[in-house]
Amino acid sequence: MEANTRSTGRLPAAFLTPGSSSFMDFLGEHQPEMLPGNRQLPPVQGVIEAPHGTTIVAVTFPGGVVLAGDRRATMGNMIAQRDIEKVFPADEYSAVGIAGTAGLAVEMVKLFQLELEHFEKVEGAQLSLEGKANRLSTMIRSNLGMAMQGLAVVPLFAGYDVDRGRGRIFSYDVTGGRSEEQNFATTGSGSIFARGAMKKLYREDLTEEQATTLVVQALYDAADDDSATGGPDVARRIYPIITVITEDGFRRLSEDEGSELARAVLERRLEHPDGPRAALL
Amino acid sequence: MSTPFYVSPQQAMADRAEYARKGIARGRSLVVLQYADGIVFVGENPSRALHKFSEIYDRIGFAAAGKYNEYENLRIGGVRYADLRGYTYDRDDVTARGLANVYAQTLGTIFSSQAEKPYEVELVVAEVGDSADGDQIYRLPHDGSIVDEHGSVAVGGNAEQISGYLDQRHRDGMTLAEALKLAVQALSRDTNGSEREIPAERLEVAVLDRTRPQKRKFKRIVGARLSRLLDSVPGEVSPEDGDADGDADE
Repeated sequence: MEANTRSTGRLPAAFLTPGSSSFMDFLGEHQPEMLPGNRQLPPVQGVIEAPHGTTIVAVTFPGGVVLAGDRRATMGNMIAQRDIEKVFPADEYSAVGIAGTAGLAVEMVKLFQLELEHFEKVEGAQLSLEGKANRLSTMIRSNLGMAMQGLAVVPLFAGYDVDRGRGRIFSYDVTGGRSEEQNFATTGSGSIFARGAMKKLYREDLTEEQATTLVVQALYDAADDDSATGGPDVARRIYPIITVITEDGFRRLSEDEGSELARAVLERRLEHPDGPRAALL
Repeated sequence: MSTPFYVSPQQAMADRAEYARKGIARGRSLVVLQYADGIVFVGENPSRALHKFSEIYDRIGFAAAGKYNEYENLRIGGVRYADLRGYTYDRDDVTARGLANVYAQTLGTIFSSQAEKPYEVELVVAEVGDSADGDQIYRLPHDGSIVDEHGSVAVGGNAEQISGYLDQRHRDGMTLAEALKLAVQALSRDTNGSEREIPAERLEVAVLDRTRPQKRKFKRIVGARLSRLLDSVPGEVSPEDGDADGDADE
């Protein structure tokens, strides 16, 4: 398991062999046992119990994209963790939010971040947003064996496309199938409820602030109807993680900003429990 | 079949060292300097795409003089080493000292192996710390030795002369603009002592800036920002105590 040196201390030949710019390819050739996809799972009966993360939402606005997630991880009917983080920066201009088996998801994000960074360092240039999205597809596909045993990872990938000058969202299924989403997208167990909320509230001319409020509204509705999604926890000061990606790069809203948005939404829900109303026609 | 000539080990090593040194001397020199907020890499490089300086990891930068294909190979090996180590353990467990050791072993083995030709490269591995005291700069000559440097270091064909010039003038806590100016002055001096102009577009400049909020501290300085920095310090950076004409030939 050593990162370098076998006996001499010299870089092993594999390190100095010209090859692909992908860290995963390098790992596959040099130490294949370290790739999560190569892990052998013993035959098991039924579903393996492991903490699951739930709802992730994303919405584009002119100038960028917002990606956010709730903070709850559940194991069966138990709350496994109240303050889990499920939204991560992938690199300077993209972020990934993960629903599904928490342990595997976090590991996948770590490898995905490394894959993008490694390519950038070796090539001296960033992958295109499309290239990043495809790379994530490959990783999910390599997890298919485990997904069949109930350990699925279903991410939502959002980024600012510097070539096209706008935010874009990609959603995935367990087989690694990738599709680009227009305007907004959701994933995870609370996604159907969040999706309904977003559908009614989305407009094409949202400001960044409106977009961040919109994701909080959607997460609130998901938590309202899905027991596996956690709402803003005012008592413990745990609020959704909200990230914004624009021309200036990735930014995660500070705890104060997040709490302010969540509290404003909560305040309004005290008057209208079902949230803002869209016009009927 | 003819009997091979006997060559003493001393002679064989001296020949290999001379071969490597000559190869390195064909390229341009480069310098690495500490400044108040980090470490700056400066070199003359007409190419925009083939870099002499690069990021290895969060706080670790790489600079190389000599043969491009050989140091590029080492650079990618270093990136693979650092990324694999960070993935196996933790990002904090990737250090310049560890990387410098692996490079030293690699260069040393190649240098003393009769089956391979020695690499015609000289490397610098630098890591920026939380304060100037935590900065680390290692110089790795072609034979696999390691030199722990402080303040300023030059590598390449003209290195001795340039480091002499830098040693006299570099001081701790310089601003980035001052350090950059000093580096350019040092690089513009030819072997015969005369000066030539290096225009900004022929300079490659990068920094490891400890004040950057991101985890990754390496950043290239190009275009308008580079010109602005170069213009912001007028005249010459003079040594702290006397000897203003700076006789760099010693």
